Amino acid sequence: MANKKYNVKNYLRERFFPHIWCPGCGHGIVLGSLLRAVEELELDPTNTVMTSGIGCSARISGYVNFHSLHTIHGRALAFATGVKLAKPKLNLIVPMGDGDALAIGGNHFIHAARRNIDITAIVMNNKIYGMTGGQFSPLTGYGQKATTAPYSTIDNEFDVVKLSKAAGASFVARSTTFHATESIDFIKRAISHKGFSVVEIFSQCPTHYGRKNKKGDAANMMENYKNSTVPIGSKKLEKDPSLIERGVFVDNDQAPEYCDEYEKIIQVASKGRA
Amino acid sequence: MGKLKLKEHLINRDWCKGCGICVHFCPKQVLELDDKEKVIAVRKEDCIRCKLCELRCPDLAIEIITQKEDEDE
Amino acid sequence: MNNKIKFVQGNEACVEGALYAGVDFFAGYPITPSTEIAELLSKELPKRKGKFIQMEDEIASMAAIIGASLTGNKVMTATSGPGFSLKQEALGYACMAEIPCVIVNVQRGGPSTGNPTHVSQGDVNQARWGTHGDHSIIALTASNHQDVFEMTVEAFNLAETYRTPVILLFDEVIGHMREKIQIPEEGELPVVQRLRTFVQKGVDYHPYLPREDGRLPMSDFGSEHRYNVTGLFHDMWGFPSNNPKVVRELLHHLVDKIENNVDQITRHKEYWLDDAEYILVSYGSSARSAIHLAKNRRERGNKIGVLELQTIWPFPKELIREKCAGARAVIVVEMNMGQVLQQVKCAVDDPASVFLANRIDGELITPTNIKTLLRVIQGKGV
Repeated sequence: MANKKYNVKNYLRERFFPHIWCPGCGHGIVLGSLLRAVEELELDPTNTVMTSGIGCSARISGYVNFHSLHTIHGRALAFATGVKLAKPKLNLIVPMGDGDALAIGGNHFIHAARRNIDITAIVMNNKIYGMTGGQFSPLTGYGQKATTAPYSTIDNEFDVVKLSKAAGASFVARSTTFHATESIDFIKRAISHKGFSVVEIFSQCPTHYGRKNKKGDAANMMENYKNSTVPIGSKKLEKDPSLIERGVFVDNDQAPEYCDEYEKIIQVASKGRA
Repeated sequence: MGKLKLKEHLINRDWCKGCGICVHFCPKQVLELDDKEKVIAVRKEDCIRCKLCELRCPDLAIEIITQKEDEDE
Repeated sequence: MNNKIKFVQGNEACVEGALYAGVDFFAGYPITPSTEIAELLSKELPKRKGKFIQMEDEIASMAAIIGASLTGNKVMTATSGPGFSLKQEALGYACMAEIPCVIVNVQRGGPSTGNPTHVSQGDVNQARWGTHGDHSIIALTASNHQDVFEMTVEAFNLAETYRTPVILLFDEVIGHMREKIQIPEEGELPVVQRLRTFVQKGVDYHPYLPREDGRLPMSDFGSEHRYNVTGLFHDMWGFPSNNPKVVRELLHHLVDKIENNVDQITRHKEYWLDDAEYILVSYGSSARSAIHLAKNRRERGNKIGVLELQTIWPFPKELIREKCAGARAVIVVEMNMGQVLQQVKCAVDDPASVFLANRIDGELITPTNIKTLLRVIQGKGV
């Protein structure tokens, strides 16, 4: 893997670079991993649609040379559902921020998972609303600082993996920007998987979350991803249960996919057995 | 098939925002930020072509170009 | 389906119209009094390889039809009151990104949950200004089921022609009442197909550069041209821009493409207007009572006429001014607190001669309700 040669620029709209993200922002690393995954899979850009919502994460769709649908806050998966059901041959990739995916978009997220529609959702979890300047999100967690929690948060966070699993996603994985090769692998598997797939990637926001919570610079935050996470089932968990597991938590290729199921409805209906 | 060797660190100075991630994680301390806060490869000969800088660069600004050992420049 | 006579609810007539227009995709969420539209399409669309999806809410339904439209589908959603409020966010997106789509609102009493099983026409202004920001919109209505059918076909035609969301403002009485319709033969009514770009592969395609006639040929997602669609102000390639010139020109385009075509867009009906001294302006189910009263009074020698609006937005100001110029008084008959009344007052030369005959209690306004006001205006006493 390490010696693989990538040419991410094949899929970039280079004229918009350098991108708008802050120095050290993890979202650029996620973009890189995504493009390398797409390159390894040799996805046809003409058959690929990237749908995004609003926020720092959402700007990703403008940078990739696919069909790109930059929508409204939280609703990207609902737009993507319309695109996918109308033209199931298209690959749908939906990168989202944590607020986008799980606060305003939380309902769309669990229902897209429940339908098991063939869409790849990438949750770029930086634990903060970056674009509006550092307010806490549903993934910030208890006891953190944010511009809307100057005394510290009293809100608990979602566990994206457990939530996705419970909602019915048939592929669920978690990685971090430190683990870039692992991220490439998980994104590849998620895109190849037929059904609703979720890849959560911890992505540092040094500008807002990092600064407010004294987490150091971007590199330090990534060091922290290295030290605070372990592969699923690691022995280290016995000693330190606070470690966060990375890996593929769900990979179920038997779950019926929504568009396939709809095709069956068409078959039944056209025989007049409604 | 010759072994791969480093040809160059292709650094896009227009895209680099000088975050220092590549410098921090380089296992051989090949990279540094210059006085303009852009990354440069100061100890190229130590590079082991692990490409972690390329994969972790949030600005997509580094590319490790390799060539086969028996190939000419 | 050829030239069939059917006895149907208004909601069913709407479905028949949508199928005639070639609807490919419907996304919705159940809400009274529009639900039959979703139920019928869940049965009919799969038979035609069309797509039906029940989404998790009205926001998602509106979003899904926009996504489907971008792949080249003719799309529709249907809702009522509270659901229409939820759709406003994505409706604004469809205005900005110029996505052809049809939104049916079978009106019920509001605000809020209001009077779900009863009639109202309270969403006239929401149809115009429900989503934030300057924009223009097309909203159509109908007072009988044959017209529901035809205006539904028209809604799809206008959506495709002007690349805009088109709202069908029906009401509970129209939606649930049963009436005869005759389904026209194929080709009898015009059906507008989407204008697609002729730009070849490899040539720069400008999805947001209007042609000289103001129209913008589209390219389906999944075909050769890959471009950006956004709710932000955008340049001719669809990429975000806050350049003042780009912003100004785009906003003008969004408004002008509709407001400059009021004559082409407007549909209306006239009853006994030629010599009318008193004109009833109405639309939707309340127009039925207006027409009934006018017919009745005509038989008694009263010079009353009816101007029935089928296009509510863009508001046909010139038509109103012209038709009402010779009238002693104009009575707007509607089931709200005077939403079209305000528009009519702005349109006519003498706003003081415009009166409101309304009913807002969830019951259909009756000819007698209108007659009572008419007699007062005529100085005849109640």
